[in-house]
Amino acid sequence: MIHTYMPKLWPIGLLGRNSLAKGVTRLLLSAMAWVILSLSPAWAQALVSMPPLTARVMDQTGTLAQGDVAALEQQLQSFEQQRGTQIVVLVLPSTAPEDIADFTQRLGDAWKIGRRQVGDGVLLVVALNDRRLRIAPAKALEGAVPDLAAQRIIDQVITPAFRRGDVAGGLREGLTHLQARIEGEALPLPETGAQGGQTSGAAEVDWLNLAVLLLVALPAVAGVLRRVLGQRLGALASGGVVGVVVWSLTGLLWLGGIAAMLGLMSALFMQALPSALGRRSQGGRGGDFSGWGGGGRGHSGGWGGSGGGGFSSGGGGDFGGGGASGRW
Amino acid sequence: MNRFAMRASAWLSTATLALSLTGCGYNDFQRLDEQTTSAWSEVLNQYQRRADLVPNIVATVKGEANFEQETLTKVVEARAKATSFQITPEVLTNPQALQQFQAMQGELSSALSRLMVVSEQYPNLKANQGFSDLRVQLEGTENRITVARNRYIAAVKDYNILARSFPSNLTAMVFGYSPKANFTVANEAAISAPPKVEFGK
Repeated sequence: MIHTYMPKLWPIGLLGRNSLAKGVTRLLLSAMAWVILSLSPAWAQALVSMPPLTARVMDQTGTLAQGDVAALEQQLQSFEQQRGTQIVVLVLPSTAPEDIADFTQRLGDAWKIGRRQVGDGVLLVVALNDRRLRIAPAKALEGAVPDLAAQRIIDQVITPAFRRGDVAGGLREGLTHLQARIEGEALPLPETGAQGGQTSGAAEVDWLNLAVLLLVALPAVAGVLRRVLGQRLGALASGGVVGVVVWSLTGLLWLGGIAAMLGLMSALFMQALPSALGRRSQGGRGGDFSGWGGGGRGHSGGWGGSGGGGFSSGGGGDFGGGGASGRW
Repeated sequence: MNRFAMRASAWLSTATLALSLTGCGYNDFQRLDEQTTSAWSEVLNQYQRRADLVPNIVATVKGEANFEQETLTKVVEARAKATSFQITPEVLTNPQALQQFQAMQGELSSALSRLMVVSEQYPNLKANQGFSDLRVQLEGTENRITVARNRYIAAVKDYNILARSFPSNLTAMVFGYSPKANFTVANEAAISAPPKVEFGK
């Protein structure tokens, strides 16, 4: 919209006073029209914006007492430590104009709670003023919490408490029932320590692919470069190529730098191609090890909730529309 | 030197071929084509789930004496039509076939929702635990259908953008990747007309 009236702005200085006034009013009018035009559709269909995922229990309404929030958070956190499943509770005033099912779906698509490899996450959304709530398990948990089970928990456990005005108690009991159902499912238990870090690191960087590429493609490239550019310049260039390729594949600058150094050294000191090849495979493994460290750090960040810090999604949950809604 | 030049040119041409294949979107076509196919399978999967639920619903409703026969027959007929529709891979590339498929599923949707509305008038049915369970399952399935359809629509959008934009459209032409049909709103005219509100009755 701005672009349409901007061209009208510049000839104003060239025109007379009268037309200047006209130009200003025209400008004002078009600005007003622009404001109205841009606001009115937004007004008509403004969806509730996605709240950022900061904790396992989020209350936007201030209904829950501080102690209740902490207790629920504790309940969910210890469950996540024992079983790995991520459950998030969101209490908000209203999901209008959306239906709670659509809103929860959007939330699930945005947050993707659940472990990366397993995808086990559950959302419990309560729209207080709408007097509606929804339990939405990710696809991995649709077997543990089928729609009917979710409906039963809502109808028989949560809504009776909500009708009495006991929101915290309803949530606590409902979550206990949900957790009992999830415990019955044979999901992989959370791994501890370096092992978990390794898997999460491997998910982000395809180490095998990288190693194959470095082993097969780079000796050839280095050979060509050394012949074309000479011994030293060629080694420098192939080191650079190794670094850039590793950097672009992993997105890790420091890893690219290490790989570049290794590539440079192996190309410099190894005259014969076969031994250079052997050296490079070592370089690849060196990258792998430092990758462990990176993965480990990502791991402790991802599950940092246990350390008292923030909570973040495992990123594996795929919400397919399962679950049930209820009203009270 | 001659041998070296030959080797170098062989390497270069291999690299160029690999780069041009990725550059012209060949790999993207593979990825997005597979993505649309799997999204479509999920759509079919969820429609099938609904079709499997219908006999149970019908059986439960039949237990209710003097239930509106017309509503029930419509559901049975719509299900029979929807399940007899032959789904071939061509449905994806043929907009008419997809539209026909959609129309049949839409017919079943409206017959089912009519059934659910009518069932509200039968207190016995409302109190029947089995029926309310089926209701929950049907609702969940309809939700899943919506999600699956939305994902299919998004997947086809990505694919079609690639198939129509330059230079990947040339790749599409060479390898025969034609744009795919997407879901449309079946009753566009009916939706865009303002609803009639009558308090007269």
